Amino acid sequence: MMALPAAQRSWGLLLTFAFYMGSSCTEGASTLPHHNYCIIGAGPSGLQMAYFLQHAGRNYVVFERSHAPGSFFALYPRHRKLISINKRHTGKSNSEFNLRHDWNSLLSHDSRLLFRHYSHDFFPEADTMVHYLEDFASMLELRVQYNTAIIHVRLERDSQAWNGHYFILTDHNNQNYRCSLLLVATGTWVPNVVNFPGSEYVEGYESVSINPEDFAGQSVLILGRGNSAFETAENILGVTNFIHMVSRSRVRLSWATHYVGDLRAINNGLLDTYQLKSLDGLLEGDLEDLAIVKDKKGKLHITLKFYLENSNSSAGAESITLPQDELDNFATRAPYDRVIRCLGWKFDFSIYNRSLRLMPGKGTKKKYPLIKPSYESRGTRGLFVLGTASHSIDFRKSAGGFIHGFRYTTRAVHRLLEHRHHGVPWPSSVYPITQLTNSIIKRVNEASGLYQMFSVLGDIILLRENATAFEYLEEYPVGILAELELHTGRKAHNGLFVVVMEYGKNFSGADKDVFYYNRAVGEAQHAWQSNFLHPVIYYYKQLPTVREMSLRPPDWPLPRPDAVHHIVEDFLTDWTAPNAHILPLRRFLENCLDTDLRNFFAESCFLFALTHQKLPPFCQQGYMRMQGLVGNERLRHHAVEAGLLEDHTVMHFTDELLGGQRGSRDQLLKDHVIPSSSLHYLVTAKDEL
Amino acid sequence: CASPGMAVATAGLPYVLNANTLLELSPQEYFSSLQPGRASLVYFSRDGISLSYSWIIKCFQLYIFAGISVNCLKEEVSRYCGKENALMKAYLFRDNILLREFPTDAMFDVNAIVANTLFALLFNEVKYITTLVELQNLENSLKGRSNVVFAYVPAVGTPEHRAVMEAAFVYGVAHQFVLTTEAANLDFTGAEPVLHSLFFCHCQRVPDLTQPCRRTLMVQSLTTLNIHRYLKLMAAPVVTEVAEDPEKVSTIHLQLGLPLVFILSQQETYEADKRTAEFVAWQLLGKAGVALLSSWYFSLPQGAPIKYLVLEDTDEIIALVEDKIKGEQIQKDEDESDNNDQDIQDDQVMEAVYRDRKRELPLELIRTLTEETFNAALTETAHMVVLFYASWEAVSLAMLQSYVEVAIALKGTQGISLAKVNCWDWPDVCMKQNVTQFPITKMYEKGARSLTYTGMLGTAELLRFLRLSSISCPAKLTTIEEVDEYLSGEVHADSSSYHSTPVLGIFHPSMKEAREAFVEAGNVLRGYVTTGLYAEDEALVLAHKYAVPLPALLLARREDHRIDSVSLSKQSALDIVQTIRSQLLETFPEITVENLPDYLSLEKPLLILFNDRGLNRSMRMEMLSLANGKGHEAFLACWMNLKNTPVGRGVLKAYFSTPPPLPLLAWVNRHSSGQVFAFPSDQPVTETNVLAWLEKLKAGLDIPTTLSDEAWKPPLPAYNFLRMMEATLPKFTVHTVYSRGGTDELQQAEEVSEEKSMVREEQVEEPGLEAEEGQSPGRDLRGTVPRLAGREKPPK
Repeated sequence: MMALPAAQRSWGLLLTFAFYMGSSCTEGASTLPHHNYCIIGAGPSGLQMAYFLQHAGRNYVVFERSHAPGSFFALYPRHRKLISINKRHTGKSNSEFNLRHDWNSLLSHDSRLLFRHYSHDFFPEADTMVHYLEDFASMLELRVQYNTAIIHVRLERDSQAWNGHYFILTDHNNQNYRCSLLLVATGTWVPNVVNFPGSEYVEGYESVSINPEDFAGQSVLILGRGNSAFETAENILGVTNFIHMVSRSRVRLSWATHYVGDLRAINNGLLDTYQLKSLDGLLEGDLEDLAIVKDKKGKLHITLKFYLENSNSSAGAESITLPQDELDNFATRAPYDRVIRCLGWKFDFSIYNRSLRLMPGKGTKKKYPLIKPSYESRGTRGLFVLGTASHSIDFRKSAGGFIHGFRYTTRAVHRLLEHRHHGVPWPSSVYPITQLTNSIIKRVNEASGLYQMFSVLGDIILLRENATAFEYLEEYPVGILAELELHTGRKAHNGLFVVVMEYGKNFSGADKDVFYYNRAVGEAQHAWQSNFLHPVIYYYKQLPTVREMSLRPPDWPLPRPDAVHHIVEDFLTDWTAPNAHILPLRRFLENCLDTDLRNFFAESCFLFALTHQKLPPFCQQGYMRMQGLVGNERLRHHAVEAGLLEDHTVMHFTDELLGGQRGSRDQLLKDHVIPSSSLHYLVTAKDEL
Repeated sequence: CASPGMAVATAGLPYVLNANTLLELSPQEYFSSLQPGRASLVYFSRDGISLSYSWIIKCFQLYIFAGISVNCLKEEVSRYCGKENALMKAYLFRDNILLREFPTDAMFDVNAIVANTLFALLFNEVKYITTLVELQNLENSLKGRSNVVFAYVPAVGTPEHRAVMEAAFVYGVAHQFVLTTEAANLDFTGAEPVLHSLFFCHCQRVPDLTQPCRRTLMVQSLTTLNIHRYLKLMAAPVVTEVAEDPEKVSTIHLQLGLPLVFILSQQETYEADKRTAEFVAWQLLGKAGVALLSSWYFSLPQGAPIKYLVLEDTDEIIALVEDKIKGEQIQKDEDESDNNDQDIQDDQVMEAVYRDRKRELPLELIRTLTEETFNAALTETAHMVVLFYASWEAVSLAMLQSYVEVAIALKGTQGISLAKVNCWDWPDVCMKQNVTQFPITKMYEKGARSLTYTGMLGTAELLRFLRLSSISCPAKLTTIEEVDEYLSGEVHADSSSYHSTPVLGIFHPSMKEAREAFVEAGNVLRGYVTTGLYAEDEALVLAHKYAVPLPALLLARREDHRIDSVSLSKQSALDIVQTIRSQLLETFPEITVENLPDYLSLEKPLLILFNDRGLNRSMRMEMLSLANGKGHEAFLACWMNLKNTPVGRGVLKAYFSTPPPLPLLAWVNRHSSGQVFAFPSDQPVTETNVLAWLEKLKAGLDIPTTLSDEAWKPPLPAYNFLRMMEATLPKFTVHTVYSRGGTDELQQAEEVSEEKSMVREEQVEEPGLEAEEGQSPGRDLRGTVPRLAGREKPPK
């Protein structure tokens, strides 16, 4: 009996649904505009994905509700200063390296589209970003359909479709679009609001005046303690009586947490004025307990919700108990002129039909949709979330919620899709094993994706049989390492290395002292205790399983490896020092592969070739292919001095003198086996200096 | 199964090895075979397969009791076979008498079988005690008669127990053995509790029966060998008196590698010295020997390098000896764990480059190109050579030095200029030029595709390549006169110093495909081989002249003043390249560092004549006839001039322990057997002698030196960060099982968010922030505590 009303309701829904379908079916389902890839939102991540799809020649479209790209940046941040750095000089010309310090550019082949050509400011204006995104879309001729607000997304089952269903998108004009794959790049733009008695007196960040004059001589309370709250405070700091800032938990400073979304030093003026006793202040408290009462003069008083619950609501504001009535030194007993809410944004879940099961994350990640480490929705196959909205993967850890991070995760998603739907394997290069150390050194020194998306994206080195060669895959999401073969089309039968970058395990945190004495590790043998961002190489004899991935300790990017190597943190983030960086790395790789990865001059290879049945890889792959390193007299002399090369010319004389006298041939043949230790001087390489 | 039996064994004959085997007998056979005086361990089985089969075999190859497995299935007669649980037990018989029965689970391994069996058999020789009083009683009864060996093992059947029993088996007649498994019996030592220990109680030489026996602890672990050594030391006299040259003295201590302390005595103080020596000796018992040297009996040789230690006190002697022992142990430990060599560079190229880092290279002859200048630079000269390298990479930097030398050699040469691109600065340029590893040298020719250098990374080799590659190949010849000129080497006189043999392809005008393949081959070999092409009507005349069918190659070997002709049977470009390459290999080459790989690629044994100068004519002739003579296809005859190739001395040193007289002929078979033979130095190197010798080698009549076939392993271990992390971060290594929900909760507890303050689902407790119970709400909001509200909602 209870089911009946529900059934009726669903019938009703079905009828409207059918009607709805009917109107669009008048043109016929086949004429519904179809795209393989539909991107919602022409913000940075939407445009970034559009670029990759365009470059790969895919059928795609971007829907943008505004008339221009980057509409979020047209309004936010309200005070118009971006906090992503635009470092125009690094002293290096390496374009990949320089992207490590360019947090605003999107990836493209066009070097004109680097943000440093757009702004000279270290912290650029938001308008510049809007301008940049416009250029990015137009110069690269990306297919963006502006003024198209997608208001509804639903599924249409079809066994022919890539994922067993099509996505039907409806815009504000009731125009429908059919998409094989949906890429959600809408960011988080719905302001977080809080409801408590008196919250109607609260002004929102999105609409509050940005003219400091409007705040002259006022007492201000700001709710929230993120960058928007501090940015707002910064703007009016000089003209207010005082600013109080309240939030539930302590302030998190980005220089302590290494998370760019926490409070940045550029916005922290209020911390100064608070700690330097200039009337401003920071408080911790739960906003849910809060209540605001407005008195006759229009002043706002802070009280607690339970006082309201206990008092007679019909009585006037003056009858409500204030905390200071009981506690005469209550902290926020002074009345405020304004209360401003700066509580950030959340993802807009409203446009997705329930059948898509696009669910919010749990806890702190509630503002983001729930996705897998492959950036695909947990609820719907073929729906990928890009950009800021995909930050649940690395929230409070890495940079996936910011342009300089998601430009790389977007590329990773594109590569996953290229393999899944077009059979294009993950791009890779094959090198001889002698290039292994070099390949890693090159990447850890210049790769920007590894640097920005530390612990999230990693380079994968797949070993070929007998470890004579390897295949190098760049910037793969390590969260889906177990399914590497499925996602990349590459084989990992002979073991693999994963190269990631990490901060020290116990270094970062809101309450950590990141300036303690002796915080930096200098010696290679203590590299595993490095605190600053440094390269870490994991070695697995076999690809970790899904189970091993899920059982890995919390906060570890990867499960327990068979061996691990840390390259010691470096003050200049330059890991090319021959003894401190390259030598220990080589020893690690040698011991994983059980081989000798040293370089040799041709002369040494010549000696080995005539005195050993086997050769070290460098000689086998170089010298024996007529590509030995001859070197010159000077270098060979250095090697001789170091005791690493024997000088056979000096023996010349004594040999000739003794040669004739030395005993019979029987004696000469006394040693029947040449022990490998006869090349002792190469094995025990003590420097005689 | 005849063996001397236990009676003999207990008489003190150690380890009589008898080739006993495990017998499988029927019960009747068994009981009838029992002989007096012999012990046997019997295991009854139904199927003949015994659990401890292999263990028993092992045991009684060492001992003289017989292990026998009786198969009950064969004859169901024995009363043992009938017993319900007999099959779970092993029985020890001596003289038909059952001594013990063991549950089979007590005989879990060889140690347990040996220990338990000996324990049962040596019932009299080894007393088991449960209290310390028993030990004292025993000691008292033996004073003046025998010494006591007292051992503590935590359990029977352990390897330590076995070691003690084996010692008792040998020394049971000499000493009384006492065993306990009660740790409480060690209380008298006052030492830390140990896993197992053994004491020697000196009761035999107790001077006064009222005094207790001295006890000496064996510090080493309980193994048969250690006990054996220890008992030997205990049996030695406490102080050895010496009246001869100390160098000639040999005591058990020195034989066992222990220190021997000589205490120098004078006639006047002899008695006092002897007491001192005895005192010291007791302290050092088991660790070092003490000898009392009566110096007045002999005179030390003058100037003998003897150092005297003058010590104030006996403690100093003991400390000296014990520190030395400790020091050795520490040294040993350090040797084992010493990995400091790990941080020392053992890569010769990296180290050489590193040592040269402060030298500024004269780079002014080489242009440094950038992303902006690269493309423009390529159009400026006819030939632009570019070295792509990485400024941090050792091989690149070594190559750069050779490159500088090439630049100096080419200075002033028209139409060719040298440049470099640092891929660390300009990764995009390198990527666009398809440079993915370093170093790579490319030659860009205006209006043509680039050539990548694939030769040795050295000055001379690169220079030769650059000189030869600037010649366009193949050169097109149109007249017979040009052909003659070409073959005489007059065309490329300037590059002839690069000892190249010009290769001329001759084709009939109709052979279009073969000609095109040759042109392609010429391009492939460009920079390494100069090629010419004649495809005119008079090709047949040339074919006739050189007696070769078309298409054909003519090779002008300048050194031998000879022109060789080869017919091209296979005519793809790749085949032609192969043909040219193999034709250019010499029949009797001088092996050098640069050309060895070419000749090794033939995979033939090498017959190398080592000499320290050029070859004289007769020797060359002999070798040449070997190289061209009978059976020459089976090997490559070659020679090495140690003046040109000094590293050849290193080769000889590796082959033979002492540098041999030169010239030396060696047979080096690297590819199949890895064997090296030396031609007898007393014979002259002639074709006949060498061939006879080779026959001898084939017959296996000479002793070879074998080349190491060891794989190239890591020279040193890496830092074991995983182990270091395990010590401090166990959670990394132990897979903690968190359910998904559990992990989320954990993260929630760690992270307190902004939004949670507004839309919190559950209360997250933060220790230390909770309001104390019973306090009125807001109490904690005093001015000093900047908090807005209590965390706990007040009671309603």
